[in-house]
Amino acid sequence: MLNLILSPFAEFEFMQRALVGVVAIALGGGPIGVFLMLRRMSLTGDAMAHAILPGAAVGYLFAGLSLSAMTIGGLVAGVVVAVAAGLVSRFTTLKEDASLAAFYLLSLALGVTIVSLRGSNVDLLHVLFGTVLALDDNTLLLIAAISTITALALALLYRPLVLECVDPTFLRSVSRAGTPTHLIFLGLVVLNLVGGFHALGTLLAVGMMMLPAAASRFWTNDITVMMVISVVIGIASGLSGLLLSFHAELPAGPAIILAAGGIYTVSLLLGREGGLLWLAWPGKHLEA
Amino acid sequence: MSATAIRFDGVTLGYGRRPAVHHLNGEIAASSLTAVVGPNGAGKSTLLKGIVGTLRPLEGHIRLIGASNVPVAYLPQAAEIDRSFPLSVYDLVAMGLWSRSGLFGGVGRKDRTKIEEALAAVGLIGFERRPISTLSGGQMQRALFARLLLQDSPVILLDEPFTAIDARTTADLLDLVRRWHAESRTVVAVLHDLDMVKRAFPKTLLIAREPVAWGETQDVLSAENLLKARRMVEAYDPHAHECHRSAA
Repeated sequence: MLNLILSPFAEFEFMQRALVGVVAIALGGGPIGVFLMLRRMSLTGDAMAHAILPGAAVGYLFAGLSLSAMTIGGLVAGVVVAVAAGLVSRFTTLKEDASLAAFYLLSLALGVTIVSLRGSNVDLLHVLFGTVLALDDNTLLLIAAISTITALALALLYRPLVLECVDPTFLRSVSRAGTPTHLIFLGLVVLNLVGGFHALGTLLAVGMMMLPAAASRFWTNDITVMMVISVVIGIASGLSGLLLSFHAELPAGPAIILAAGGIYTVSLLLGREGGLLWLAWPGKHLEA
Repeated sequence: MSATAIRFDGVTLGYGRRPAVHHLNGEIAASSLTAVVGPNGAGKSTLLKGIVGTLRPLEGHIRLIGASNVPVAYLPQAAEIDRSFPLSVYDLVAMGLWSRSGLFGGVGRKDRTKIEEALAAVGLIGFERRPISTLSGGQMQRALFARLLLQDSPVILLDEPFTAIDARTTADLLDLVRRWHAESRTVVAVLHDLDMVKRAFPKTLLIAREPVAWGETQDVLSAENLLKARRMVEAYDPHAHECHRSAA
C-alpha cells in the first residue's frame, strides 16, 4: 500500500515536480479561495480564470508555449479585467457578477480562437487543461514565488480584508483601506490563477481554489482554521489526484480536480458544520 | 457656553441631485445628547452618513470641531453586517480598537482587558467564542455597542439603535448612552420612540428633509411641529427645478 503511494514519486522525477507544483498551488490558492468564497465571489474567480485566456493566447501567438510570454500575457489580461470589473462594480450600480459574466464567454471564445490561429489541438489542450506532468524549473519557481507573495500579502491585508467582508460600513467609517485592499486582493486572485494556469490550464486552475475552500466551510466556523483546512485539502487533492492519474492512467489535471471534488462531496455529506448527515440526523436537542 | 462639536453650514445631502437633507444650518454642541427624529425618508440616516463622511454634501460644509485623531464612532442600521461570516463575537468587538491598532498593530494585554471590560459592560460575558451567526438581534446590538465602547470616540452616532430590540436590552444600552453623555462625549441618535426621546434626550432635531425644529426637546416635540413634519411630501417631484436658494 505504502509502496503504491511512494514509488511513483521515488521513481519518476516528473511526478516529484508535479507534486511540488500542486503543493505550492494549494498553499497560495487555499486561502485565496476561502476569501473568494466568503466575499461571495466564487464565480468571479471562475470568470477571471477565463479572462486570463486571451492574454496567455496572445503570448502564445508571438512566442509559442513560452513560460514568460504566456505569464505576462495572462497577468496583463487578468489584471485589466479584474481592475476594470472591480471599479465598475464599486462606482456604478452594475454588480460585479454582471460585469464579469460577459467576460467569461467573450474571453473563452477569443482565447480559443487566438490559439487556433497558430497552434494544434494539442497546444489548445495544454492551454485549457495545463501540463502538470511537465513542469520545468522556471515554472516551479514561478508558482512558488506566487505562493510566497500570496502568503505575505494576505498576512498584511488580513484585517481589512476580513472587515470588508463582515462590515464594510464600519471599515469605511474608520479607514480608507477598503478600496485598495479590494484591488490588491483581486490582483492576488489573478496571480494565483496565472500560477495555476501553467499546471492545470485556464479551465481547471480555479478548481484548486474553490473546491478546497468550499469543502473547508463544512468543517469549521473559524476563518483561520478554514484557511488551514483549505490548504490541507488542496495538498491532499494534489497528492491523491496525481496517484490516481499515475495508477489508472488518467489525465493528471482533471484527476486532481476530481480528487478535490471527491473531498468536497465527502465534506458536504459528513462535514461537522452543516454537512447533510448532521442535518438529517442532528441527534436529540439539548437542554435549554 | 459649551463648544461646538459638529457645525452645519448650508448643508444639502442627497443621492444623484435629489436632496434628502435640504439646507441644514446649525450646530451640535460638544458634550450634548441629541435625538434626530422625523418620518421615514426624512433624511435622518443620510444626515449621519454625511457627518461620518461616507456621503459628501451636494452643497455646504459639515465641520467636526475639536481636533481629534479618533474618527467618529458610527453605528449604522443593523442590516449592513454579513452575519454568515465565520467570525467570533470577541473578534467583532475587538474591531473597535482599529483607530489605535490600525491595519497591522498588535492587540496587547491591556487591549484584551479593555475588550473584556467592554463585553462585561454590555452583558456578553461567556459569548466570546460564539460565532456572530448564532447571536439574536438584541445580542448583536449589545456586541456592536461593546465595539462602540472600544472605539472610545468623542463623537458617537447611532442610527436607530433600539429598533426591534426588547425592553431590557434597550434599557441596558440606553444606560450606556447616558454613561457616554456623563463622560462628556457628543452623542447623536436617530430614534422613533418619542417617549424615550422626551425621557432621555435633552436636545432634539426634528427633520423632514428640511429642518423643522431644533433645540430643547420639550420645545421641539410640540404637536404643531410634529404635524408639520408629518406633512412632508415623501415622493419627489420628477420635474423638480434646480434649487437657487443661497447656501448660507
